[in-house]
Parts: sequence; structure tokens; C-alpha cells
Amino acid sequence: MKRRDFLKRTGSAITLAAITGGTGFLFHNLETSTYQAAVSKSRGFEVPHDTALPKVVLARNEDHIAALNQSLDAIGGIKRFVKPGERVTIKPNIGWDRTPQQAANTNPVLVAEMVRRCLSAGASEVIVSDITCNDPRRTFLRSGIREAAENAGARVLLPSEDDYINIDIGGKLLTSWPVLKHFVETDRLINMPIVKQHSLSTCTISMKNLYGIIGGQRHRLHQDIDQSIVDLAAFARPTLTVVDATRVLLRNGPQGGSLSDVAEEHTVICATDQVAADSRAVEFLGYTGELVSHIMLAQTTGLGTIDYRNAGYKEIVS
Amino acid sequence: MTVQTVRNLRRISQVLFFLIFFWLILRTNFDVSLGMSESGEIILPYPVSIALEFDPLTALATLLANGTLYKGLLWSLVIVIPTIFLGRFFCGWICPLGTLNHWISEIPSERLRRKGRHKIESNRYKRYQRLKYYILFVFLGTAVTGGLQTGLLDPLPLLARSLGAVVLPGMHTAAMGIVQAAKSTGFGPFITIPQAIYDIIAPIFLPFRQMHFNAIGSIGILFVLILVFNRVFTRFWCRGICPLGALLGLFSRFAIFGLQKDESTCDHCNLCLLHCQGADNPDIGSRWRQAECHLCLNCQAVCPNNSLSFTFFPNRDGTKANPAPVDKIDVSRRKTVGSIAAGLVMLPVLRSGVSFEANANPKLVRPPGSTPESDFLARCIRCGQCMRVCPNNALHPTFMESGLEGIWTPIMIARIGYCEPTCTLCGQVCPTGAILQLTTAEKTGGDDTPPNRIGTAFIDRGRCLPWAMDRPCIVCEEWCPTSPKAVYLKEETVTGRNGEQITLQRPYVDPNLCTGCGACEFACPVAGQAAVYVNSVGESRSRENQILLERKGVSKHA
Repeated sequence: MKRRDFLKRTGSAITLAAITGGTGFLFHNLETSTYQAAVSKSRGFEVPHDTALPKVVLARNEDHIAALNQSLDAIGGIKRFVKPGERVTIKPNIGWDRTPQQAANTNPVLVAEMVRRCLSAGASEVIVSDITCNDPRRTFLRSGIREAAENAGARVLLPSEDDYINIDIGGKLLTSWPVLKHFVETDRLINMPIVKQHSLSTCTISMKNLYGIIGGQRHRLHQDIDQSIVDLAAFARPTLTVVDATRVLLRNGPQGGSLSDVAEEHTVICATDQVAADSRAVEFLGYTGELVSHIMLAQTTGLGTIDYRNAGYKEIVS
Repeated sequence: MTVQTVRNLRRISQVLFFLIFFWLILRTNFDVSLGMSESGEIILPYPVSIALEFDPLTALATLLANGTLYKGLLWSLVIVIPTIFLGRFFCGWICPLGTLNHWISEIPSERLRRKGRHKIESNRYKRYQRLKYYILFVFLGTAVTGGLQTGLLDPLPLLARSLGAVVLPGMHTAAMGIVQAAKSTGFGPFITIPQAIYDIIAPIFLPFRQMHFNAIGSIGILFVLILVFNRVFTRFWCRGICPLGALLGLFSRFAIFGLQKDESTCDHCNLCLLHCQGADNPDIGSRWRQAECHLCLNCQAVCPNNSLSFTFFPNRDGTKANPAPVDKIDVSRRKTVGSIAAGLVMLPVLRSGVSFEANANPKLVRPPGSTPESDFLARCIRCGQCMRVCPNNALHPTFMESGLEGIWTPIMIARIGYCEPTCTLCGQVCPTGAILQLTTAEKTGGDDTPPNRIGTAFIDRGRCLPWAMDRPCIVCEEWCPTSPKAVYLKEETVTGRNGEQITLQRPYVDPNLCTGCGACEFACPVAGQAAVYVNSVGESRSRENQILLERKGVSKHA
């Protein structure tokens, strides 16, 4: 073998050995796992309390749009909650493959009106989204919310797998959990639940509606549903809660399915205190806040008050 | 019109029909842009299964198996009648799997055996090409007895199934994986460029969510084998296996159109053979075979001396140098009888096993509106359209869940997706009526009519949180879509491990109300094997597969 060949051959072999060995050392990791959860925190979306204004306003009117506007105006008007140029996310309940008459999802008429109000206040963008139970394509369609909200000028976003971020909920029970980013990367969050019966949490109104901002295996939360609800409510802290009680689902919640499960109440409640809102709204189901354990726990935790009448309460009946 | 022009028309036709077929498969999904009628009914805007309805083999075999020609299958005459006069134009001009085989065969090979005289030799008619007729005869024999196996190898359902259950979901996974990998590099353009490409292709090619299908291994392997064999023999599948090609070959027995050879001008350059798709002996000196020809017109187009021409009523007089063409199909009478007989006994043999009735799989939940099992198996061509259109990814191809007879027929796997009560899409796309087209009202039932049931749910008390672990849950009740709910709760106080009293709501199933939709099994938070599961028992389509003597109570929704 010539010297030249010898050098070429051994040189190549050494180079390959160095690359192989180097690669091994480069990627060598003594940690057992490289998994790291992305963590950030929500700052909440509340507006400061104004002692001159009520915390809960209930308006009853067979014209549902008027009911919404009456209660909204009485709690300070949309300009109190949405400033020009802000991005607003509305979170209705769009959980189930049901029509509006079946009262399993938020009334699309109210969602559309809320979108228009936010845009009129100068919102740069209004997003409507929800992490549904049934297939979102069906629920957004059959609830009527997609069409109504889009016509009103909102961006209706179906939850997509790419849109989840891991967030530290910072709760007693809920720590790191995937949250749909539309509910976090926004300036204002408006929660628009509907009033429904629920076998485990008695009712699903505003705080329980916030289940719809998180993904993952959320059915496991039922093992301690009260703490989960309160953790989420403390995390989300929406700007405004607009409770749809135009139709109330009395039985077979949270899906219903039969029109005989539905009561027509023609009522809208606007609130800056989600506990007080739930405490008032649960009366449509024949309970009071004291009888509902997650509402009680929310009060104990300091999220708001069950005693809505003394918190600043107004009722408008047309 | 010169033959070159006609050949180019053929090429355009192949591209066009392939794209139409592919596009129809793509559109067989629950599209976000769908609308809803006043009654809340969601109807697909156009017939996405129409390509499958033009299939003469499906038409004939389902006609033999169940005695009727379902809805759009009459369209198959549009293929059959011209074939009788012209020959197998479908294979050369229309069939999307044939086109795919054509393209893959024509990619130049580096192997000596695929060039020059070796290729000429391999393009002569070979005895293996008879195999497809025997395969057809077996299938037709089976169909006469009420079994339908054509879907296994019929190119249109085969391609629909392979694209829908394997290729497109695979593309989806790959696309997401590439974007994910690109993102993880953390390097600007590496993230934005793949993401931009993804954003362009996603709305066209990828459904709203990634689909996952059962049994894709077996479907995929068959599909890949079909494609790969093109690299050994040009269009091996079309020449030797395809039962639809065989059927069309039979129908071309009396064709009035065909190849006319002029031996006086031929200089035996063999270019015709080199480019032949069907291996039907276009060259001077051998007998042309009408039943094998795909009418691709390559032979006429490449002939330098104009010795070959396709024409109506071609001269069929043979000479010693150029024997007359053969109209007869190259099958022996004995083997024909033998293969039909094999087909005739296939169904009795399969059904003498246990998976049809004797010990049918209790997890074999069929789509809503499915006909009774024997009729279902006489109709289902395993095209996979129902699986592809299902918005919840609930329907899957079986592997052995319904035995060998039912391989790749639909099954609901509720753990992956449940049956949405108001959804009727699977029945809308079924080309053969294996799944009947229900209205929403027929599916959900009304005040006086029962719902369409596909099974019944059962609680596994050994796994259920409130039953086995003394913890609250109720998710199955929450998800139960009937009103009143089929899954109901009883409050029970139990003594815990340390003697403490625990009050729990424990789930029960009311079999009178349960429709077997599987929402409970899907939503059950007990990971792995769910603590509530659906079996087919109680399904509306069966009189025997029942538990209750009488099913009272009617569930209402919608």
C-alpha cells in the first residue's frame, strides 16, 4: 500500500469515527426526559370595580336583543369593557350538536349582538370560539352560532390542534394544562354561558362554561368538579359575564334534546362578578347559590359573592 | 383527427378522470363550509360516491347478491353499453387505478429486463392474464349465493378505500409531522416556509382533523403491492388480476371496433409491442386479443409504417403470417366451471365458521341504517366512503372483526369516535344501500317511532370510577344524547375503605332508551379500556341480536 493511500484511508476512517462519536456525545443527555411544559400565566381580563354600578344586572324582555342591551347598558355599557383597538374573545357555550331551540348552546342571537356591540366599541377584532364536546364542525353549524357571529363581523375559530398552549392554571387542582390560545392571547374575554342543569355540578352556568377553554383529558376533572371549576374561574377571570337565560335547560342537561326539557325565560344577565351571576341564574333551575357546592367554594375562595342582592343588583323587567 | 391527437385525448381523459376521482374522495368529508336546512338536516351538496356508481362490476355483483340495482348503480350502463361495442375503453381511458398503474409502469426502469427485447417479450400475451377471469368467476359464483367479495379487488372501491383510509390520512400525519419538525428547529425560515406551504395545502387536501383508521396495514400492503408490480410487468394488475377488467373483457366479446393489421407494410420493428399496455398482441404474426386491449392506441400511434389502425368492423381475415384475431376469452371450460364452483361454495364455507352468526363478534357495531347482516354483506363493497365521511372518525374498516367474509367492511369503534345522533352522512354516501339513507327524524326517533339503534351500552362496574373506585364522575350520563337519558344515575351511599360514608351517583343504562351511539364509551375518562362500552346487541336491524323481550320507551331528540 502506498503511503498516500494509507493516509487517505486511515484519515477517512478517523473522520467517520470522529463524526460518529461526536454525534453521540453531542446528543448525549443524562436527564431522564427532555420534556418541558411551556408555562406562562394568564393575567386575567377584569375591569376595575366601579362602586356606582351594579355587579349584576338582570333584564327580562321577550325581545332578546333588547334584554341584552338593557342589562349591558345598566352595568356600564360596552365602552366600559371594550376599548378601541382591543382584541375581544367571546366564549359562548357551543358544546353540543343541538339546535338553538333545544337550549344546549348559547342563543346565537345574543352572541351576534354581543359581537356587534364589541365592534361598535371599537374592538379591533372579535373572536368567537369554544372547545366543544361534539364535533366542532357540527356544533358550530347546528347551534347557529357560526353563521350568526360571522354575519355580525366576528372571526369564528373552530378549535384546531395547533392552537393549544400548555399553561400553568395555577390552581389547587389544575396546574399545567393545554388551553386554547384564543382565550389567553387576547385583551378581553367575554363569557357567554347558557343556564343548564348538570347532574354532577347541579348547574352549568358561567364558571362551569369555562371548561370550554381547556383541552386535554378534561373528563377526568369530574372527579373533583368543584375545585376544577373554581380553579378555572380563578384563572380565566373574564371581563364580563353575559348569562343567556332566554331559554333554560331544566332537565337532561347539559345536552337536553327534547323541547320539553326547555323553559322560556327571556332573560339576560350581565355581571362583573361570576359567582354572583351564577348565584342569581341558578334560581331558574330551582336552586339558590348556597345549595350548589362549586358556587359555595368559589365564594370561599374569594372569587365573588353568593349574596348578589347586596353586591349591587338591578333587575329590569319590560 | 390523427391518431396522435386521439392518443393525446386519451391522456387528457386519464388525467381528468383520475383528478375527478381523487377530488371526489377528497370531498367525501364533513366539510366546515356545509350548510344546514331549515329542519336542521345536514345534506352533502353533491354525490361524492358517484364515481363508484359507474362501476359495472359492483352493479352486476350486487345485483346477483341482493337482487336489486341500488339507486345510482344504473349509471354503470354508461360504461357497459359502449364497452359491448368498443371494447375495454374504460381500462385505458377512465379507470383511475389503471391510470395510476399506467403512469407507474411507464417510469423508465434501469433494469435490463424492462428494456428492449425483454420488454417486447414481456408485453406479449401471457397465460397468467387468464387469472383475472377466474378471479371474476369466483366472485360471481359467490355473489349468486348472496356473498359479495368483489370489493376486495374491484379497482374503484379498492382505490377509494386505499386513498381514503391510508394515503390521505398518511399525508395528513406526514404534513403535520414536517411542520412540527420544522418548528422544533427554531430557525426562522425553517418554520415559516413549511408552515406557509401547510396553510396552502391543508384546506384542499387535509380534513378538519386527522383521521385514524383501523386495519390500514392490510389495505396499504395490498395497494403498495399493486403499484410495485407495475415495475415487474407493465400493468400487471390490469392484465392479470383485475376482475373489473375481466368483466369488461367478457363484454367486449362482440365488439365492432378493433385493431386492423396490414402485414404488407409491416417491417417487424416491434415498436407496437414495446408500448403495448394490455399485452394483447398488436404485432403482425400473432393473434390480436380484443378482450385484453385497453384501447390506449399506443400501437397505432408508434407504428412507423401505418400498418396498424383501429377501426370499426376491422378486417378479421387471418393469413399464415398474421393469424386472425381471437374473440374468445382465453379460459378453459373446465377451469371456468371449477372457479364458479369454488365461488359457489365459498360463502357456505365462510358462514359455517363462527364469525357470521354462531359467535358473531359482540363489538361488531355497524353504521346506523345498516341492513341486516346477511343483506349488508351482500351489498357492502368496502369502498370506505362511510368511514371517510364520518365526522367523528367513528367508522373503521374491520380486519377480522367480522371474519374473513367481512374484511374491510365498516365497524364503529366508539373509543375513537361515536355516532352523532343527528348525523346521517354515512347513509348518504353509501353507493350500494348497505347503509340506508335515513332522515334525521328516522335516526333519532320521534314521539311514536323508535330511534335507529346500533347497539346497547354496558357499564363495566369493575372499572367505573363511582362503582369501583368510590369517586364521582357521571361523564357518561353527561354525554348521553337521548332525552330522557339512557344513562341515568342513582345516588348511593357506600362505605369506603376506612369505614367512611361516601355518597355517589352511580351510572346505570336503560336498555329501552339506549341507541348504542357510543358517546359514553368515547367520553369515559377511564383511559385505556373504557368503563362503559357498546355492543351490537339491541341493534334495530336484527331480530335475533336482542336482549329484551320487548323494547318499550322511545327516545326523543331533535
